[in-house]
Amino acid sequence: MSHCYATQGHDSLNQYILHLADNPLVLAQRLCELCTHGPILEEETALMNTSLDLFGQARNWLDYAVARNPQLGDCDALAMGRDERQFLNLLLCEQDNGNFANTMTRQYLFDVWHHLTLNALCLSQDSQIAAIAAKSIKEVDYHQQRSRNWVIRLGDGTQQSHDYMQSAINDLWSFTDELFVQGDEELQLVAQGIAANQADIEGQWRAIVSQTMAEATLTLPAECFQKFGGKQGEHSEPFGLMLAEMQSLYRAHPGAVW
Amino acid sequence: MNKTDWPLYEVFIRSRHGLSHKHVGSVHAADETMAMENARELYTRRNEGTSIWVVDSNAICASAPEQKDAMFTSPVEKIYRHPSFYQLPASVDKM
Repeated sequence: MSHCYATQGHDSLNQYILHLADNPLVLAQRLCELCTHGPILEEETALMNTSLDLFGQARNWLDYAVARNPQLGDCDALAMGRDERQFLNLLLCEQDNGNFANTMTRQYLFDVWHHLTLNALCLSQDSQIAAIAAKSIKEVDYHQQRSRNWVIRLGDGTQQSHDYMQSAINDLWSFTDELFVQGDEELQLVAQGIAANQADIEGQWRAIVSQTMAEATLTLPAECFQKFGGKQGEHSEPFGLMLAEMQSLYRAHPGAVW
Repeated sequence: MNKTDWPLYEVFIRSRHGLSHKHVGSVHAADETMAMENARELYTRRNEGTSIWVVDSNAICASAPEQKDAMFTSPVEKIYRHPSFYQLPASVDKM
C-alpha cells in the first residue's frame, strides 16, 4: 500500500529528522485541539497561529525525510500512517492541554528547548537541516517570547493564577530531563556535526528557565521523578487517543485531497 | 477578572517603509505588551506589516458625530483651497 508507512532499513539520520519533525507535529496537534476553546478571541488566534507555524515546520522536516528516502512515500504518509510506537517526539509535547496554565507552561518549556536546539542546528554540517532550522527559528523566537510573557504574567499574577502555574510546573517538570537525553546513534550524529549537542543545551536551558521562573515568582521542583521514552517511541496513554483523532480521516480515506 | 474587563486598544499598522501607520482595528488586552502581541497575531498574519502601534482607546480624543456639520461642511464649497488652479510643469506631472 503506497499510503502506508513501511518500516525501513535502519537510518539513524532519518530517525533524528523524524524526531525533529514529531516534536512540532505532536505539539501542533495538541494546540489545535484548543480551536474554538481559547479563553478570548485574540488568544485563540494566537494559539492557532502557533499551531500552524509548528505544522509547517513539521512538514519541512518530514519532506526532508522523504527526500532522503523516497520509499517513505510522502509527508502525509509519515504523519498519518505511522503508529504510536513509530513517533519519536518528546513526552513533553504530547501532554494534555489541561488548563491554560498547563498549556502555557508546556509551551514555554518546549519553546526554550526548541529555540536552543534550532539555534545549534543552524550550524549543522547537513545543509538541509541547517536551512530548515534557520527558517523555523524566527517563528520559534516569537513563540518563546509569547509563552514567556504568559508564564510571568500568570506566575506573578493573582494568588489563583500563581497556584495554577506552580501546579503546572510541578506536573510538567517530570518530562524535562528527557529533553537532554541522547542515545548512541544521536551522539554519533553530534560527533559528525550534524545533530545538536544536548549536553551544551542543557545548561543554557536550565539557566534561562530558572531566570524566567524566578521572575514569575515560581519555584522549580527540587527532586522530581523523571519520565523517559518518547524519543524511543514509548508514549503515554493519552497519546494514542490524540493520534487516533489526528489520523482518523487519513486512515479512512488514504490519499484524500481537498 | 472577567474577560470583558480587559481594555480596548486601537491598532495601527505600517505596511511598508515610507508609508504612514494606518488604523486597522482594535484588540482587547490586559496591558500594552499583550495588546502588541494580540495585534501581531490578528492583523499581521498575512504579511501586512513592518511596524505596529497600539494605543489605549481611551487615549484617543474623537470628534463628536453631532458636530459633523459644524466641523466639516464649510470646506465643501471652498474649492479654491484645493491646488487645482495651477498649471503644473510637465516634469512634476505625477504629483
